[in-house]
Amino acid sequence: MTELRSISVTVNERVYKREVEPRLLLADFLRHELGLTGTHVGCEHGVCGACTIMLEGEAVRSCLLFAIQADGLSLTTVEGLAESQDQLHPLQQAFWEAHGLQCGFCTPGILMTVIPFLERNPHPSEAEVRAAISGNLCRCTGYQHIVDAVLLAASQWAAPG
Amino acid sequence: MKPVPFGYHAPTSLEQAVELKGQYGDEAKILAGGQSLVPAMNFRVVQPAVLIDLNRVPELAYIKHAGESALRIGAMTRERQLEFDPLIPLRAPLLAEAIPHVAHPQIRNRGTLGGSLVNADPAAELPVIMVALGARLKVRGSGGERWVGAQDFFLGMFSTDLAPEEILVEVELPPMPPRTGWSFIEVAPRHGDYALMGLAALVTLDAGGRIQNARLVYLNAGEGPVVADRAAQGLSGQAATETAIAEAAELAGREEIDPLGNIHATPEFQRHLAGVLTRRALQQATRRAQEAGQA
Repeated sequence: MTELRSISVTVNERVYKREVEPRLLLADFLRHELGLTGTHVGCEHGVCGACTIMLEGEAVRSCLLFAIQADGLSLTTVEGLAESQDQLHPLQQAFWEAHGLQCGFCTPGILMTVIPFLERNPHPSEAEVRAAISGNLCRCTGYQHIVDAVLLAASQWAAPG
Repeated sequence: MKPVPFGYHAPTSLEQAVELKGQYGDEAKILAGGQSLVPAMNFRVVQPAVLIDLNRVPELAYIKHAGESALRIGAMTRERQLEFDPLIPLRAPLLAEAIPHVAHPQIRNRGTLGGSLVNADPAAELPVIMVALGARLKVRGSGGERWVGAQDFFLGMFSTDLAPEEILVEVELPPMPPRTGWSFIEVAPRHGDYALMGLAALVTLDAGGRIQNARLVYLNAGEGPVVADRAAQGLSGQAATETAIAEAAELAGREEIDPLGNIHATPEFQRHLAGVLTRRALQQATRRAQEAGQA
């Protein structure tokens, strides 16, 4: 029996305290311990990008981190994007408008990848968008609508500033 | 798949980390960025009894310019920091050129320089860059510290000179000689995937514009970073003509590398790629060396 360790993790601005085994992956912690099932688990070895979340504001794969490594840190999952039930985040809205998803399995990971990307590069070229999402696999489709959605979001993102 | 249970330690200083590694030796794996180790653990290919997590040792993450060296980089410096730090293109442009090819942004946000070097994947970019630049690696064990040249550090596939009780702590890059140009090129099925073939090239010109020194180091071309010494030596003293470059590229691709092939490329195709990429890399490095000479 492995010993349990106490951890305290801030997820979407809420503090969660749990007892975990050191081997518990952060993705499984989010889904099974916290019930935040918006973070999807695809390949479990860092290839598909479905489990991408933001750790301290940067996109990371939550299947390649142990929950215990997030002790004391702050992270954002797809559940933390929309301001309310009926108000999508602008990037989510752009995915809606540009048909940036079919089955939606890859979508949370792509959203969490794209947000820090657009924050760093608010006026990306199409090639830059394709490179930015190269670590996220979509099995439904070509990536054209996803790229369109990101470019649409970027055009709106930059507008106020 | 999920990892098997393991003991977990998260030291907050290098002293503690060295002591723990000394205590556990081979039983413990160092957890750096975890971008290769954790997948292997998820598959249960690797089942360490103990993990020593260095992510809470801030003293191992830095990029600085000190003394005679061009750069000193802490082993826990993330690849993403290398990508954005303004010192890197100024002092190690070859490294700056290679970094965007290292996997994907999410991986580079966690992956570390030290982790990539110790993992010693023959398809990885950073070991090749370190061998090309003639980096020195500082390792610490319970008995003290020692320095190893990058070329002596990589012993083979996923194998390094690191002893079981040692930890890689720092990488030192020497300054590039004057009139030196660089190039890093690779071919991958998709941006960020493992490259089928790739190389780092450095060309130093003499005052008269002839090649004084060249260096060619390949990834995915054998059991570790592969240095094409004969092709490089053949260029010494020559004018950087298309013919000279084509001969060197041909020799390197045909005789000096030993690609193993994979599901995406036969060894023959990898050799072909090596020839084409070597020619392009030497041309680009020469052009940059000429520009550096005029500056």
